[in-house]
Amino acid sequence: MWLWARDACAVRRNHDGSTGVWVIVTFGSRSRCKGTTSMDSPPISRGFRSKQQEQTPQNRLPPGQYVTAGFPVLSAGPTPQIKVQEWTFALQLGGTLLGKWSWAEFESLHQTTIKTDIHCVTKWSKFDTTWQGVTFDDLLKVAGLAEPPAPYIMAHCDGGYTTNLPVADLVGGQGMIATRYEGLPILPAHGGPARLLVPHLYFWKSAKWVRRVRFMDKDEHGFWESLGYHNYGDPWKEQRYDGD
Amino acid sequence: MTGTEAAAVPTRRLEWQPAEVRKIVVETFRVKSLLLHIPDWQGHLPGQHVDIRLTGEDGYQAQRSYSIASPPEDELLTLTVERVDNGEVSPYLIDDLRLGDQFELRGPIGGYFVWTVAMRGPLCLIAGGSGIAPLAAMLRHRERRNVRATALLLYSSRSLEDIIYREELDAMARRDPNLRVINTLTRKQPEGWTGYRRRIDKAMLAEACVPPEQNPKIYICGSTPLVEDASRFLVELGHSPLTIKTERFGPTGGLAS
Repeated sequence: MWLWARDACAVRRNHDGSTGVWVIVTFGSRSRCKGTTSMDSPPISRGFRSKQQEQTPQNRLPPGQYVTAGFPVLSAGPTPQIKVQEWTFALQLGGTLLGKWSWAEFESLHQTTIKTDIHCVTKWSKFDTTWQGVTFDDLLKVAGLAEPPAPYIMAHCDGGYTTNLPVADLVGGQGMIATRYEGLPILPAHGGPARLLVPHLYFWKSAKWVRRVRFMDKDEHGFWESLGYHNYGDPWKEQRYDGD
Repeated sequence: MTGTEAAAVPTRRLEWQPAEVRKIVVETFRVKSLLLHIPDWQGHLPGQHVDIRLTGEDGYQAQRSYSIASPPEDELLTLTVERVDNGEVSPYLIDDLRLGDQFELRGPIGGYFVWTVAMRGPLCLIAGGSGIAPLAAMLRHRERRNVRATALLLYSSRSLEDIIYREELDAMARRDPNLRVINTLTRKQPEGWTGYRRRIDKAMLAEACVPPEQNPKIYICGSTPLVEDASRFLVELGHSPLTIKTERFGPTGGLAS
């Protein structure tokens, strides 16, 4: 199930042989969905009208979202101040270490650049954000894994944050460990030095300050998933909270 | 930071419900509180928020999140809304909404930025502007339950006129020797003001906040710069990051616009 391809009308991949950089450009293509309501018809707010509709291409905006030009910060606690000299990233299955990289080693891995829209569960969406990092596919490759060893992962982060994901949502160019935003190191408040990037799901799945990805045979809830947020988080299906 | 201290995890779908405006309180020049009647409200915990959804005459819908400012003990649910001048939803809520009007709402949402009297103190609350709303729910809950756990509110506002719930907070502190309310006014101070007159900084937190040895439960809500600064300073002052819970407000802060 390739959700990335399903949600995008155009997936263009150019391989730049000289630098070894993949460029993946995607554009959302869904028509605008209306939210459903338990009431027969919602109360009308007289005089309330859109201020953005004219400028906003609705087929790029998931239901219930609005476009922002800024880059809001959301996190449950203090921003960890992480020195790249002390940073490592690990892949793990049960108690087994599948691969571990220092910052310098990670930086020397094959780099990919992605231009994509991002959607936060708190309702803002941001179009055309550019990220650079190492794709999940490339990580598996350098760890010597022909196949993902389990169907689910838990991302573990500095500060104790966790989030769970199906591996099927990370492979096929859909997920990466990002280390650059708009060509520059990611600011600590935005998840630097490295964050998970899974842009076709609500942005809490793109965990900030990621340090370890642990494969799991069975799905488990991460931090927000155990606090009433949806286990999967597809913005186009408006899966914000448990039961949506 | 784990989900184990979570409370009120919804187990069924949060349905949209009609909310009726029963009372409107003008809090400041830019801020109003909407007191809402929600027939089937399931209750909430102090610190939680709701999503609201407005539907225009042409069917256009917009959703936003607002923290709940009222304690669970109150009959009506209070949302405190700051007018964001270029916003789509908040100018409507502030300028156009009238008593008896209805809109849709679902919640409560969020089980982390939550404090109940069962979690005890000391409680250290740090707010900027309309970030006071979820912290007010905690203080109101503490008072309604007649719990006198040590509590501190450090509240940053632009001017005296911009302090939301000023009279209520002052009266609460006068009645309760275990509650301290400290205001800092960052832009304009009235004549004779002897309190802080700068943004929340490390020295202020060192002076005002409960020391790390007392293991306070810390909640910070405000604009992103305030939350980033205050939480970083508190970690530098020796507070464990795991005792510090944060929430953001404002036009680029996620909640409320």
